[in-house]
Amino acid sequence: MSRKNKLSVTGLKKSLRYVANYWYAIVLTLLLAALTVGATLYVPILIGHAIDLMIGQGQVPLTDVASLLTRAVLVAAIGGASQWLMSLINHRITYHVVRDIRRDAFRKIQALPISYLDSHPIGDIVSRMITDVDQFSDGLLMGFTQLFTGVITIAATLVIMFVINPIIALVVVVLTPLSLFIANFIAKKTYRFFREQSTIRGEQTDYIHEMVENIKTVKAFSNEEHVIEGFKEVNSRLEKSSLQAIFFSSLINPTTRFVNAVVYAAVCGFGAIAAISAVISVGQLSMFLSYANQYTKPFNEISGVLAELQNALACAERIFAFLEEEEQIPEDADAVSLGTDGGTVTAENVFFSYTPDRKLIENFNLDVKRGQKIAIVGPTGCGKTTFINLLMRFYDVDQGRITVDGHDIRKVTRASLRAHYGMVLQETWLKHATVRENLKLGRPEATDEEMIDAAKKTHCHGFISRLDDGYDTIIGENGAELSGGQKQLLCIARAMISNPPMLILDEATSSIDTRTELRVQTAMKQLMEGRTSFVVAHRLSTIMEMDRILVMRNGNIIEQGTHDELMAKGGFYTTLYNSQFAE
Amino acid sequence: MKKLLRYMKGYGKECVLGPLLKLAEATLELLVPYVIMKVVNVGIEQGDQAYIIRHTLLLVLMGFAGLVFSVSAQYFCAKAAVGFSSRIREVLFSHVQSLSYREIDSLGRSTLMTRLTSDVNQVQTGINLALRLFLRSPFIVFGAMILAFTIDVDAAVVFVVTIPVLSAVIFAIMLISIPLSKKVQSRLDAILSKTRENLSGVRMLRALCKEKSESEEFDQKNRELSRSQKFVGRITSLMNPLTFVIINVAIVILMQQGAVKVEHGVLTQGAVLALYNYMSQILVELVKLANLIINITKAVACGKRVESVLETSSSLSVSEEKELGDVASAVEFKNVVFRYGRGGAPALSDISFFARPGETIGLIGGTGSGKSTLVNLLCRFYDPESGVIYIDGQNVKSYDPEVLNHKIGIVPQKATLFRGTIASNLRFGKQDATEEDMMSALRDAQALSILEQKEDGLNAVVEQGGRNFSGGQRQRLTIARALIRKPSILIFDDSSSALDYATDLALRRALSALPYRPTIFLISQRAATLRHADRILVLDEGVLVGCGTHDDLYKTCDVYHEICQSQSKKA
Repeated sequence: MSRKNKLSVTGLKKSLRYVANYWYAIVLTLLLAALTVGATLYVPILIGHAIDLMIGQGQVPLTDVASLLTRAVLVAAIGGASQWLMSLINHRITYHVVRDIRRDAFRKIQALPISYLDSHPIGDIVSRMITDVDQFSDGLLMGFTQLFTGVITIAATLVIMFVINPIIALVVVVLTPLSLFIANFIAKKTYRFFREQSTIRGEQTDYIHEMVENIKTVKAFSNEEHVIEGFKEVNSRLEKSSLQAIFFSSLINPTTRFVNAVVYAAVCGFGAIAAISAVISVGQLSMFLSYANQYTKPFNEISGVLAELQNALACAERIFAFLEEEEQIPEDADAVSLGTDGGTVTAENVFFSYTPDRKLIENFNLDVKRGQKIAIVGPTGCGKTTFINLLMRFYDVDQGRITVDGHDIRKVTRASLRAHYGMVLQETWLKHATVRENLKLGRPEATDEEMIDAAKKTHCHGFISRLDDGYDTIIGENGAELSGGQKQLLCIARAMISNPPMLILDEATSSIDTRTELRVQTAMKQLMEGRTSFVVAHRLSTIMEMDRILVMRNGNIIEQGTHDELMAKGGFYTTLYNSQFAE
Repeated sequence: MKKLLRYMKGYGKECVLGPLLKLAEATLELLVPYVIMKVVNVGIEQGDQAYIIRHTLLLVLMGFAGLVFSVSAQYFCAKAAVGFSSRIREVLFSHVQSLSYREIDSLGRSTLMTRLTSDVNQVQTGINLALRLFLRSPFIVFGAMILAFTIDVDAAVVFVVTIPVLSAVIFAIMLISIPLSKKVQSRLDAILSKTRENLSGVRMLRALCKEKSESEEFDQKNRELSRSQKFVGRITSLMNPLTFVIINVAIVILMQQGAVKVEHGVLTQGAVLALYNYMSQILVELVKLANLIINITKAVACGKRVESVLETSSSLSVSEEKELGDVASAVEFKNVVFRYGRGGAPALSDISFFARPGETIGLIGGTGSGKSTLVNLLCRFYDPESGVIYIDGQNVKSYDPEVLNHKIGIVPQKATLFRGTIASNLRFGKQDATEEDMMSALRDAQALSILEQKEDGLNAVVEQGGRNFSGGQRQRLTIARALIRKPSILIFDDSSSALDYATDLALRRALSALPYRPTIFLISQRAATLRHADRILVLDEGVLVGCGTHDDLYKTCDVYHEICQSQSKKA
């Protein structure tokens, strides 16, 4: 709480850098704010003068009144126009700033090292980019539209009131803060009720979620009544606390209205008595009354804006913290670009760990010739992805080096290194786009013939043709539904179309039915033909066909060799073979 | 909405008093300009200081009375709104529990969630606002107009024209901007899912070197969002300036008329001042009114949605006649056909089989072959389109649902536990279970070792969904939950997959030693799991293509043979 109450200075400074790009618009909106406030305050003055001229029968100078009123209309029109313009400019600034921030944030994601993205939940990054930026924009917009005009209004009103009559002005100035004070007091007192309400509401939502999500189980065990009892209990607690929260918070309006009524009455009383002795005119009294009504408004608005701004800046701080995260190591200026064919890989005395205090891969050596097939095996959670991370240079090795076609991969452009590999992971990922776009993602210039050819080889063509729009069907998030096996097959086809010299494959273990599984396997086999391949393997049949097997345990590569060599050795692989693969 | 409003019963007093008190407050507010007119016309005109002071105090008193009125009104309104919505929530929740699987499927679980949470909340807000403002705001607007009539008819005409013009402007802007804001929201959602997609596929995208093209796609969507935001902004920006100009033009016309009438001695200066004050009052209330109407429309829409759920009733009814089948079978399916939606291929077509008491029946087939559907029909979660299902020789349709449910213990595919304790989860299977019952169920389910690892034993806390237990532990606890009922039919819906070989074997032994000898249905994709069943049913796309022992089927059933082949390690 105490942190939230302070205005975030860093958040403010950094937001200003983004806003500063639109400085000319800011200057303009400030001028327009002054103009708007001037007009809003000037109209009651003109009307007041007009009322003053209406003294009684036969004493009204109609032409003077008319000219005053014409002026009032003109001023109102100018005020309206400038208010509109100001509002347009404010929207523009806000939405452009927000757009700029989001653009930079997305580019940031593209430039961050995988290690950062691995260690930060997606939800957190998305919430910074969407929710936080949105709140920031709300605060910014409110700040622009209400803060400037509010401050200018208060200052101008004060000046005008004091010029006309200091005593009545003093009455207004002394009494108005009272309403703010009361509103604030109530808001603070009711905060507790709101927090309680939202806790109970959260509890209820959880309960509803649990019971509705598992409603079939509830029904299968005839437990409806019991579950309803539980619901009633939370519901009655929520009812009680909601009533408190709603009632107590709804006190703010009537009480501030009451304070305003007192101010109004006081202005009326003092003003009328002053009017008797002709210190002020009736028109001026009307003006005071109208100001007394208006004067409290900007105060309420500003306190609202400040709360909103606090929140906005706290959000801004979170966004900027993200924008300032360290990016991946830039490429050397003289980084070479790998050719399009090749396929030898070596690892020389490689050491790697995610955190210095937990050693993982130590002094690892490997020599893979072009076209060789390497299996990576080990129990679940043994760190098979670590190996892929190093090959693809998602992470850099701590010591030693990995080479592709004789080049240290740190001296090679990332793009050309990664283009060297085709990757099919167990967690299939498809873009929200058409089947065609997804298949050609790795090589957009591929022809339709090539695409269909690959789809046929990987057993995709059949089910793609049965989709509503064939190759133009939208898939991915919220798209047409595909089964796990179908997704896997699409990813294999995608890798085949990219036609890379090397492959990284992850055999599926997810529960796709066995006949589809068989198809996935044959498709993978097709794909591996003639390519240097690294396969995270689960099936004995796959492993037996490999040129070499890397055995991993607890993150480290502990054995390597062919199946027969490893069996003869009688080490961890043998144990693994006897327990894991034998059904 | 009518059906819902029934639940307002008992809050009649609150519903009448709330708005009435609000009305009283509004009346006082309307009288303020009138009192000020008196002060100007009498007090100032005649230099009567005492008169002024009296009226000032009157204003303060009116303010205080207004405070008392409105505070009590707020209380009544809040009480009625909160009480009403909490009743609705309860009725709705109970109703949802009474729906059958078919209705739950067609309504969708996420929809039911929304109805129970945000829709009911929206109704609450709507009712509260309606009770508070529905009388007050129109009363002030029209009251100002009527009081204007008492002062001067010509001036009142200005009110009569201004009010609809202002209302039209306010409503037009609000009505135009609402659908536009929805569009902004959907664009924002597009950005959100783009970001999410990018992050979840970051390895793949980096592997394919798509950083740049992804950024460009994002920019495109980002610009679209910004454009539609600015467009909405342009329209909502019109509201304040337009109303400001309209109200001031109206005031100027009032003043012009007033000046002429004062000149002719028809009106006093104080009366003109009062008219001015009334005109200033209506704008604020009109904006409130417009907001209120929009809120109420939303609440009514939500209310209707809630109502439509309440109007859906369970499609399963218990038939009176006790139709009997073969009494020697624990379970019998006779020419059963079933489909989920209307139309489409049947999920099960013409299925007939029987199971004798104490037998173990295996069910095998690929995804979507109809295994789970068969179980759903057996438990009468759905009714078949045609054909009959008998349990213990009696048509399932003629069972009291509770009696039927107590015959069956099911271990669902997804092993989810409920928040609470191990004991409360076991009681889920049998409300009056004793500690002894629990221990023996846990023992049979091979789950005693879980208890040993937890300090609090049976009272060990279970978090939502049981996420503080491993998959295998959850599995065994759900098995115990089914066993504790001592069911005559025990169903494992593809649910022993998380158990290791030794545990699986021990479980199988325990099951066959159960003293009450339940009929067991084992559903699986893996042939090895079912090898020991007395009989295996092979399903392929809803058709029963084989029925017999493992050895028979392996020889005679092509589909079964193929399944076994694909799963053997020499594939």
